[in-house]
Amino acid sequence: MIRSKLRLGTAVLAASALGLASCASPDEGGEAADVPGITDTTVTVGTHQPLTGPAAAGYSTISPATKAYFDYVNDKGGINGRTIEYIVKDDGYNPANTQTAVREMVLQDEVFALVGGLGTPPHSAVLDFVNDNEVPDLFVASGSPTWNQPEDYPYTYGFMVDYPTESRILATYAQEEFPEATYCFFGQDDDFGEEFQTGLEAVLGEDGLADAQVYSTANTDIAAQISSMKEAGCEVNFLATINGFSAQAVGTAAKLGYFPQWMASSAGGDFNTLSGYLGENTDKLLQGFVSANYLPGYSDTEDEWTAKFAEINEEYNAGAPFDGNTIFGMSIGYLFVEALQAAGENPTRESLMEALESGDVTGNGHAPLGFGGDSHRGYTGAMLTRVDNGVQSYFGTPYVVTGTEAEEYTVEEYTGERTAMPADGLPE
Amino acid sequence: MDRFLFLTFDGLARGAVLAAFALSLVLIWRAARIVNFAQGAMAVAATYVAFTVTAVTGSYWAGLAAALVAGFLIGAVVERGVMRFVGNTSPLNPVIAGLGLLMLIQAVLGMVFGNAYRTMVTPFSSDPVEMFGITVFSSYDLFVFACIAVLVGGLVLLFTKTPLGLRLRASAFAPDLARLLGVRTPRMLTLGWALSSALGALAALLVIPTELGLNPHAADAVFVYAFTVAVIGGLDSPAGAVLGGLAVGVLLSWVSGYWGATLAPVAILVLLLAVLLVRPGGIFSLAKERTA
Amino acid sequence: MSVTKRYLLAAAAAVLLIGLTFIIPSFTSYQLAIVCAYLCGIAGLTLLTGAGGQLSLGQAALMAAGAYSYALSANAMADAGAEGPLLLLVPLAAAVFGAAVLGLAVGLAAGRLHGPYLAGFTMALVVALPAVTSTFSSVLGGDQGLWITVEKRPTALRGIVSTEAWQAWLAVICSVLVLTLLANLLHGRFGRHLRAVRDNPVAAALAGINPARTKITAFVISSAAAGMGGGLLAYTTQSAGPGAYSLVFSLFLLMAAVVGGIGSLTGAVWGALLLVALPHLISTATSRLELSADLSQRLDGNLAVAVFGAVLILVVLLAPQGIQGLLVRAGGRLRPPPSASLPPRSTEPAPPSPATAPSRIPAPSGQLPATPKGQ
Repeated sequence: MIRSKLRLGTAVLAASALGLASCASPDEGGEAADVPGITDTTVTVGTHQPLTGPAAAGYSTISPATKAYFDYVNDKGGINGRTIEYIVKDDGYNPANTQTAVREMVLQDEVFALVGGLGTPPHSAVLDFVNDNEVPDLFVASGSPTWNQPEDYPYTYGFMVDYPTESRILATYAQEEFPEATYCFFGQDDDFGEEFQTGLEAVLGEDGLADAQVYSTANTDIAAQISSMKEAGCEVNFLATINGFSAQAVGTAAKLGYFPQWMASSAGGDFNTLSGYLGENTDKLLQGFVSANYLPGYSDTEDEWTAKFAEINEEYNAGAPFDGNTIFGMSIGYLFVEALQAAGENPTRESLMEALESGDVTGNGHAPLGFGGDSHRGYTGAMLTRVDNGVQSYFGTPYVVTGTEAEEYTVEEYTGERTAMPADGLPE
Repeated sequence: MDRFLFLTFDGLARGAVLAAFALSLVLIWRAARIVNFAQGAMAVAATYVAFTVTAVTGSYWAGLAAALVAGFLIGAVVERGVMRFVGNTSPLNPVIAGLGLLMLIQAVLGMVFGNAYRTMVTPFSSDPVEMFGITVFSSYDLFVFACIAVLVGGLVLLFTKTPLGLRLRASAFAPDLARLLGVRTPRMLTLGWALSSALGALAALLVIPTELGLNPHAADAVFVYAFTVAVIGGLDSPAGAVLGGLAVGVLLSWVSGYWGATLAPVAILVLLLAVLLVRPGGIFSLAKERTA
Repeated sequence: MSVTKRYLLAAAAAVLLIGLTFIIPSFTSYQLAIVCAYLCGIAGLTLLTGAGGQLSLGQAALMAAGAYSYALSANAMADAGAEGPLLLLVPLAAAVFGAAVLGLAVGLAAGRLHGPYLAGFTMALVVALPAVTSTFSSVLGGDQGLWITVEKRPTALRGIVSTEAWQAWLAVICSVLVLTLLANLLHGRFGRHLRAVRDNPVAAALAGINPARTKITAFVISSAAAGMGGGLLAYTTQSAGPGAYSLVFSLFLLMAAVVGGIGSLTGAVWGALLLVALPHLISTATSRLELSADLSQRLDGNLAVAVFGAVLILVVLLAPQGIQGLLVRAGGRLRPPPSASLPPRSTEPAPPSPATAPSRIPAPSGQLPATPKGQ
């Protein structure tokens, strides 16, 4: 039945197709100079972000920060005379909406590249589509190792330090600092938690975790999980949690009179955000809280990047609260501008890819980026922060993790210098 | 055993809030035969009022009073402004109007207050209280129980012992007859909505500080669970809502504690199915409903 | 409308829409494919809730059943080396079948529930979906769901039609098929039984109709339609995951059915169009506004949701019979002989008296002593 209808439709259309073929342009042939999203004066890029819905609480401030950085660059004359047009589409963290939003940006708005699409489930949904359409898919804002598959997804590049990498760093530090402690794990019931736990067990051993508890974002009451960890005598608890649930874990534990050492992922260890959840007791509750990070610390006023970003935030982002999300958004913006600059005077999608593969694009992190011909991994390491008297600051040296396979990897101290900030925070 | 007790008490504390919220849904159902999908958003709007009042005055109690008043007014406005005109044409239209209101209220709250979570202060420290040799409740949990008990008790008295309560019940169950007897049923309907909305506001105000904080979507999950609770208990039965709320709270806590948080929604589905297979109108349904 | 006329109309609509894909840009073709996929789910609701009087909030779960059935069978077949039309048609059939099986289970369990009790049960079903996919994450892929190996457009067509246009073709053909079958059912004996059971189960039973069996059959048919929608979504988006079939989506499907006009399948078409076009138009319009950084941060996304919510309320207040009801009334004014054109709901243009408002969801008023059922 379907087939006969199909044949009927095809027959009818074969005729009309002849007449209409001229105005239908499904496959853009185009000339070499005709690069999607690039004109003489503009470069158009797009992103998908949760601006509404439950996930908006944690992430809706990232894209305004990226936009503020782009506005700043545009005011300084743009890149090779081109200003950056930044299209932000709301997907509410719903993969179905992401599908539509990304197709609209690629097919209709003809963006040059996607920059910083947010979230593992939403972005997974468009991974095939963007790569089939050969659209550069840069700096995905998620710690999943999925984005580093240059063979299958040559147009996709990661950004964040991936979950197995940062969990290995945290576990290595815990072994050095608290060798005799009982280690436990509390994580989200998805790939974030799973990948993180795998990384921890790679360092601590198969039975290195005395208790492993998971939560579901649908249920904010986690007393059952935390009390189980307390009973198991957990002393060092690793957290693969988003900020809200890091705060919920720390707060619930305190209610139970339980004060272990916490070690959180960079995805859930932003002091400013945590204090927003915890309220007035923050300083007491978070004393000694360790978390991984790789970008300039927003409370680190000595840091030249932080100072510059704070300035841009005042001027171009209406003085929105300055926190980890602001740094994150602006760092993504900076990295894209750096890559675009390196892609030459008249950038094409190919030259952009070549610039990234050359490894010359360095970003502003404390650990090196993993970009190269056979790796699209984002930051390959992290540095640790600790909260002391209400101030979160970096300590020690950064670590890098080489090798991404479960069996072959090393965690090493990173001795290289972070790239100095170019004048005015604009890539040269 | 300790763990069992701990989980049970933790579940009761959560269940009390579900009970209050389910009761607010039951009140509207009894008065207007409508499942109000905007109830969660309305309650959150009232909580934002409380948040603002507390921030300005510095007093939790002023905020609590403001939430009740705001909840009452929001309920009345929603009934007078929207639901009254949706009423009779089709039983589906109130559902859609409720969903429209839900989206509108959440979006407006997002515009005015932003999407970020706001910390809510609590009147009592959350220091744990020991009972039976284990930590069971915080004093805040006890405060939640007290608030809900007072309000539910007050409503029971209102409905069963006062002339106003009689008129409310009359207009809910026999509107035509009540009108013939001189009851101003439209006014009673508005009052029913207002009372229900105030109760929902109280439940939201009490539960939000124990969760991630105040956010336009802060009551989404509470609404979903409370609706299930109301269905389990029987939408016509206030007692069913209260007992169902406590039961579901405890069940959630046990499942989450013994089998993992992920399975909690499946457990609710199974409970719902089991109850409805035996009693299609909820546990406390009236006998004649079951034949329908 | 005679059956032959209906087939002709369906064929014409399919040809017209397929022809359209040659003119419209490929993104619009994609949107057309999505409209068609949603249409299958919404049309299923029109049968179940509109004609059958069973309020279901669980349509998204049934579409998810379709999508996952598609994904699992397509991936299994691709692993086994299958390709060609078989890799397209067998998974689609599996999608319909998988959803119908779940629909049968739901119907058996929930067939005797009514009104809000059924709504509560079906809502719990949708809410449990992410829990089910994470529990069986080795098979269902957890939160991220499954990637699907899909059969791309035939080689002969490459260069003539874009991927999106091809997706639209498939979706158009499948949804026209689903709609035609549903229309046949609704206008035939089954439709009469269904409406009879909805309006007065006791009388229907006396007339020899088995109410329970009729309701369960309605569940199965509605689910099969939803399964086709889920299968089309799976094919078009190459993925099946719990995030796409949330409670919000389920409620949106119901909204689309009601706002379009739950009395007729034509209403389902308006609803599906609206569900895709309205948010798109609103967000396009609001993104054009030039605003200060602070204001645009507040309004981004939120404004579109607020307008959508307001439109829903207005439609319910001003056009309680949905868009189709509005059009029928407008058409009735233009054409002297009324009612001849649209058979599905003869009871629909109800007089405003509340006493005659039929309890299509056999619910509340039936329990009230003051307003006996069936007048």
